[in-house]
Amino acid sequence: MQTDPLLLGKGVGVTVRGRDLLRHVDFEVRRRRILTVIGPNGAGKTTLVRLALGLSTPTSGTISRAPGLRIGYMPQKLSLPESMPLTVNRFLTLASTDQASLQRNAAETGITKLLDRPMRDLSGGETQRVLLARALMTKPDLLVLDEPVQGIDVNGQSELYRLIVRLRDERGCAVLMVSHDLHLVMAATDEVLCINQHVCCSGHPDTVSQHPAYLDLFGEIDAETLAVYTHHHDHRHNLHGEVVRDDGDKRHG
Amino acid sequence: MDDFMLRALAAGLGLSLISGPLGVFVVWQRMAYFGDTLAHSALLGIALGLLFELNLQLSVLLLAVFIAAALLILQRRSLLASDTLLGILAHGSLAMGLVAISFQDEIRIDLLAYLFGDILAVGNDDVFWIWGGALLCLSILAGIWRRLLNLSVNAELAAVDGVQTTGIKLVFMLLVALVIAVAMKIVGVLLITALLIIPAASAQRFSRSPEQMALIATLVGAAAVLIGLFASLLLDTPAGPSVVTAATLLFLLSQLRRMH
Repeated sequence: MQTDPLLLGKGVGVTVRGRDLLRHVDFEVRRRRILTVIGPNGAGKTTLVRLALGLSTPTSGTISRAPGLRIGYMPQKLSLPESMPLTVNRFLTLASTDQASLQRNAAETGITKLLDRPMRDLSGGETQRVLLARALMTKPDLLVLDEPVQGIDVNGQSELYRLIVRLRDERGCAVLMVSHDLHLVMAATDEVLCINQHVCCSGHPDTVSQHPAYLDLFGEIDAETLAVYTHHHDHRHNLHGEVVRDDGDKRHG
Repeated sequence: MDDFMLRALAAGLGLSLISGPLGVFVVWQRMAYFGDTLAHSALLGIALGLLFELNLQLSVLLLAVFIAAALLILQRRSLLASDTLLGILAHGSLAMGLVAISFQDEIRIDLLAYLFGDILAVGNDDVFWIWGGALLCLSILAGIWRRLLNLSVNAELAAVDGVQTTGIKLVFMLLVALVIAVAMKIVGVLLITALLIIPAASAQRFSRSPEQMALIATLVGAAAVLIGLFASLLLDTPAGPSVVTAATLLFLLSQLRRMH
């Protein structure tokens, strides 16, 4: 049974000072679905995210959103006023003061040990996880993640993608995610929207990765030779960075 | 202690009650130059107030609101950086204020008193207005505290959380304008921003949370008022500049503490 989409964009275009940032983009975000937007630099990914968040309005076309839609947003980068003394805990309470959900979200994203640390002392990867925890604080129907794995090493990236899939499964929220490459995100997405100002191709990740428009944009060589280097470790790291022994089956690449 | 000294103390302490909590937001949002611009425009407000025979604090407040609105409009319609726009508004309005005052030769204006304040000429009425204004600003600030804090941390995240960022920012600008109008008489237009940013900056290294920083800034501001006024009485120095000098010394002292 199909439910009404949380977000529905029809023929969406954005023109700033005579320059098209986006034109005729159709997209649909449904409950429990993960939609990944990919595209080269300057393709309009950030513009699309701002539209989805309601931070800006399209100059043509329409975007309709489900009534009462709650969005949790994880920005690509966080700029904080350096002069403000702010612990991770206090930062999270800005979104919601619910302590029970704070503890739960902190545990899920692996930042429980960071709660009393000042925000400005966090590393790149720690900041990303704190931002994800903050996005969860509003009990969102839709998670909007702008390049969520930036500044995280490859092992951490697949760990984070697994977490995103788990969050979708457990909390039933939709995910709109931006990425600049498809390889790692493939397993964690239901649908891909490949844009370069306009929609180049869209659909299931396997289909998109073979699509001529995708290969045009990212290059056949890239698509073929940059396959993820797979190898086996006898252990892995959980989100706290602690070593977890593998039982042999759960190897990762 | 003389009456004028008691009134000066009451006025100065009333002012630090609001300049501390408001000042930390000025520091966080990097709006020191905005405060300066409003303060510079106050002279034009005084000139226009005298011309139209308005209450001077009211005309200063109205002009500050006008300048804040002009800034918001210019920011949207211009590609020039904010500090350039602020510089134009600050110096343009200061120059216009000086020109406008020069036209009014039948009224004798003690320009120095407006530029540097005259805390020792503060009357009972003024004390009443300062405390009333401070308590009003403080209760409005308390009402928008969480939203303003969210906005100051990150405007985009706050907007996604549903905070009306433009509205909250306008209220904040209005509060700064109100404090400047009220504080003008005490420290003068040239030194008002000092009372907003110096105590807040001094509090930074001693604070673990935003609220703590606001509280410590208030205490530093009050200490600066006490030290400055007594020094002014003892050494026969001008009151406003003495208070700001005391605040600056407290700031330098605070920098001796190692960062944590």
